[in-house]
Formats: sequence, C-alpha cells, structure tokens
Amino acid sequence: MSAATDAVIPRILKTYEAELLDEWLREQLSAFRAGSRISESDLRTQSKEFLNLLQQATEAGNITDIQGPSYGRVRDMLGDVSRARGLQGFSPSETAIFVFSLKRPLFTRIRKELATDADSLATVTWSATELLDKLGLYTTEVYQKSREDVITRQQEELLELSTPVVKLWDGILALPMIGTLDSARTQVVMESLLQRIVETGADIAIIDITGVPTVDTLTAQHLLKTVTAARLMGAECIISGIRPQIAQTIVHLGVDLGTVTTKGTLADAFRRALEMRGQRERLLKPRA
Amino acid sequence: MDRIPILKLRDLLLVTIQVDMHDRLAMQLQDELTARISETGARGVLIDISSLDIVDSFIGRMIANTAAMARVLDAETVLVGMQPAVAITLVELGLTLPGVRTALNVEKGMALLESATGQAEDLPDTDAGHTE
Repeated sequence: MSAATDAVIPRILKTYEAELLDEWLREQLSAFRAGSRISESDLRTQSKEFLNLLQQATEAGNITDIQGPSYGRVRDMLGDVSRARGLQGFSPSETAIFVFSLKRPLFTRIRKELATDADSLATVTWSATELLDKLGLYTTEVYQKSREDVITRQQEELLELSTPVVKLWDGILALPMIGTLDSARTQVVMESLLQRIVETGADIAIIDITGVPTVDTLTAQHLLKTVTAARLMGAECIISGIRPQIAQTIVHLGVDLGTVTTKGTLADAFRRALEMRGQRERLLKPRA
Repeated sequence: MDRIPILKLRDLLLVTIQVDMHDRLAMQLQDELTARISETGARGVLIDISSLDIVDSFIGRMIANTAAMARVLDAETVLVGMQPAVAITLVELGLTLPGVRTALNVEKGMALLESATGQAEDLPDTDAGHTE
C-alpha cells in the first residue's frame, strides 16, 4: 500500500473528528438501547479519547499493525474499556460493538472522500476493515481474559471456602470434604490439614468423604499422600464416609488403602479416634 | 563449622537440628549418633526436626537412614516436629519412613519413647499424647 492511501485514514480521522464521533455514538447507542448500562456522556468521553488515540496511532504509519509500538496507547485504552465492561457484566458482543460500530461512519467518510478513485477506495476500505477487525478482536480477547480472571479468582475462593478443618475434640480434627475432589483441591486440603495439625497439635485427623461423589486414582493417590504426610508429622488419619460406590471404585482401580484406617461413618471414626486417645471411658461415664 | 549437638538424658539421646542441614552435616550426624548410641547404650533416640524447613532428596534419605540405623542399634527412634512442607516433600519423594515413629512435638515424642522403652505396657503408638 502506498503512502498516499496510508495517509487517508488518519486524515479522515482528523478532519471529520466531530462528525465521526456523532455518527459513531448514534451507532453505539442504537446498538445498546435495551437497558443501557453506560451513560451517554461516559460513552462520549470514551469514544472521543479512542478516536484521538487512533488518529495519533494511524498517523505514525503502518496502520494495520496493531501490535506495534505506535498502537500502545490505543491498546491500553481498549484494554481498560473491555475490562471495565467485562466487570460490569456486558456481553462480549456489547463490548466488541464499541469498535465495530465505528465501521459504518468511517467507511461512509472514506467513500465520500475517495468517490472518484475506485482503486484507492478499495485499498483504503480494506486496510480500515483490517484495522477495525483487529482492534475488535483485541477487545474480545481482553474481555475474555478479564472474565477468565474473575472465574479463576472465584475458583480460588471456592477452594478456600470448601476445605474447612474443624476441631472435634481435644487433639482430634475433622475434615469434611464436599464436592468433587480434583488434584488442585486435594492439594489445598492436604496443605490446610497439615497446617492445622501443626497449629492445634492434634494427634488424630478424620477425613470424611461422605460428600464426595466420585474418586479416581489420582484423588485416591492424593488422599493416601495426605495420610502418609500426616503420619510423618506424627498424626494418625482415619478416612470415613466411603460410600459403597467409591469402595467399589477404589478396589476396581487397584488402589491399596493398606494401612489406612477406614470407617463407615464419621461417628464410627470419631469413636475410634476417642478409643485411640484412650478417652472413651471418660466420654461415656457421665451418661451411665 | 556447624555441629549438631547430641544430648544424653537418662537413657535417651536428644538430637535437635536447628541449623540448615547440608550434606556433610548430615553425614557427620549419622556417624556421631551411631557412635553415641553404641557408646551409651541408649534405649531411645529423639530427633527434633521442627526447625528444618527445607529438605532435598538426599537430606530426606539421610533422615530416614539415620532413624533406621538407630533402630538397628536397638534404640527406639522418634522423629518429632516435622513441618508440613517437609512431610509433603518426603511423601512426594516416596520416602514414607516405614517403621519410624513420629510425633508432633518433643513432649509427645518423649511420652512415646517412654512408653516404648520404659514400662512393659504395650501401648499403641498413638496413645502417646495424653493431654488430660
């Protein structure tokens, strides 16, 4: 593409800034009429800033290379807009429309400007399309990423919430596990349990898996590792609440729970734990 | 040069590792501990590793070996105060220290050793920590 056609877009952006902004805003507002979550004045400020930055960036040449240094500020600004919209609960298309709705006003201007020169009209239109498409995709990417970050953060929070270690008795901890056990979760479980053992000086930990729907080899492996690590630290583990299906799975998978004490219910495990602590009599006395 | 002290308390030996273990130190500890056990005829050995934050495969194996050697010399060995990170590392390395007794802290370790070496009472391992 020649320098002459390259200069058309920045020139149009500069000369018709006010008109472009008005037309673009109309496009955007008509796109989000339903329950508009952003005020017109905010939108105007954003759009104006974007047009300005875009103008500066295109002027620097190489106009379709949006990863280039001249587009740094445009990228930052678009990134901020997409992230903000992502967090405000805009849909991906509502976010991308910010860029794509600029197409119609810009193309109209280009057509008027180059009405007599079909060849450069095609060239300029093509590079404008390419530019706006790339920018649009970029907003979608950032939007997606900001949503993914939210999801990741929530997953982490869920992980922390879902692994409470409770103290049942002097020196007896219980860890009721609920929900599917994946490797990441069992890792967190393992760490928080071992940490609590150190903090409380508990001798016995009961891992209750009543609320766990399925166990696979990896999970079983992690459970075994937890038990072994606790034993290395000087605490004994009891696994309770193994449901019939899980018992079948464990045996079918050939997992050797060997030396681990397993009990049907948390109550049984607790009774066993008290026996191990030699405190059972003391517990039962007041009832007799 | 660092040296890990081995204290004698009645018929028990106490080893408290309070410095970063490096390979030579671990070897030296192994030598000295086995020598002291046969010298004093100690019935029990308590190794406190509560200030050991980091282990590698070599140190892990040395700990396991030292404990096993003490057992061979007919001294009950209790490893106390292992940190969670260390425990996880040892398990990941496949060093599950079979046959080595463990306890959460020195107090419980001593109770465990006393019950294992002293009286004829045959108490299971986990009964060591009476806190009543």
